[in-house]
Amino acid sequence: MKYWRKPLDLGTIEVTRGIVRVIEGRCKGCEICVNFCSRGVLRMSDKFNRKGYHFPETIPGRECVNCRFCEAICPEFAIYSVETNGLA
Amino acid sequence: MSARQNRDPEPLHPHDELLRTDRIPHIWCSGCGIGIVFGALMSAIKKSDIPLDDIAVVSGIGCTGRMAGYIALDSFHTTHGRAIPFATGLKLARPQGNVIVASGDGDLLAIGGNHFIHAARRNIDLTVVCVNNFNYGMTGGQLAPSTPFGAKTTTTPQGSPDEPFNFCSLAAACGAVYVARWTALHIRRVTTAIGEAMNKKGFSFVEILAPCPTAFGRRNKMRRALDLLNFYYDRSVVKHGVHPDEASLDFNQRLVVGKFVDRERPTYLDSYHMVHQREIGDWPTIEHYSTMLAKEKTEA
Repeated sequence: MKYWRKPLDLGTIEVTRGIVRVIEGRCKGCEICVNFCSRGVLRMSDKFNRKGYHFPETIPGRECVNCRFCEAICPEFAIYSVETNGLA
Repeated sequence: MSARQNRDPEPLHPHDELLRTDRIPHIWCSGCGIGIVFGALMSAIKKSDIPLDDIAVVSGIGCTGRMAGYIALDSFHTTHGRAIPFATGLKLARPQGNVIVASGDGDLLAIGGNHFIHAARRNIDLTVVCVNNFNYGMTGGQLAPSTPFGAKTTTTPQGSPDEPFNFCSLAAACGAVYVARWTALHIRRVTTAIGEAMNKKGFSFVEILAPCPTAFGRRNKMRRALDLLNFYYDRSVVKHGVHPDEASLDFNQRLVVGKFVDRERPTYLDSYHMVHQREIGDWPTIEHYSTMLAKEKTEA
């Protein structure tokens, strides 16, 4: 994350981090998760799943904060995130 | 060894324990709001600490009616418009259970309109989740009682000349004890509202404005689900506690959402007991199915 000044307690505050998992076979390519991701972690993949839809994938380098909004908003139950521990 | 066996097993989604995964992917179109509401319903069920054996989901015909077929709980897919009568019977036969009616606007309030108003009048302890997509989606996008004035459907290609129903106002006027309306993008609020409605004793009604890109959006210049989701969300104004008559759905100006009614009234079973107390005496204490099962296990 970018800061305009380095916070004094940076490194002591624990920020939740997550890993986004996509169940590719269930996705129907509606792009809702990609548009509403608060951190811009997702993008549509160039690949197709077995039903012929593009599915989302994570952009390397972007950090998921495990807000689990994609999990709540996905109409296909095809995406979810798992918490991992990390420091800011 | 085939390629299929080499592949990693598919990861488990958190909702999978409540889903009939053998039927997933479901039939709903890409971007359909019913899936979003269905996810919220499952989250609400998980969050309310009600034992899963005591929850039943009843639905009628239509796209939303498929919910009963995808949830791994006691569920029933009734005939068109008859979800509330079936749920009423279920509730009266097993008053300890928590009965959820999940259906669409066409099913609940067009064909099943009379059942709806009388269930609300009697204040039967049901949770009614209405997914309002402003048309009859499954049959090809015909005019529904919720279609806004001037919106195009297959049966009104020049725009609808009808004034639409205000479901929340109707439910409140008929005596529902909990009435709320949200759009599908207010996902956390939808989950909370369904949870509150499940815990509320009496007829509780939650209406969710859901996108239907295939049948409704396509004819109204909002082809993508994202356009519809943003359209509803941007025009929504949260007004808690406002009189439901004033909570109008005006597509040109604003869509009023919020929790409109939260009040107490004796339920049908309470009133029935009060009137018939001399004949039937006190009710037997009713145990939850899950506690009964646990008792049987310890005795055996």
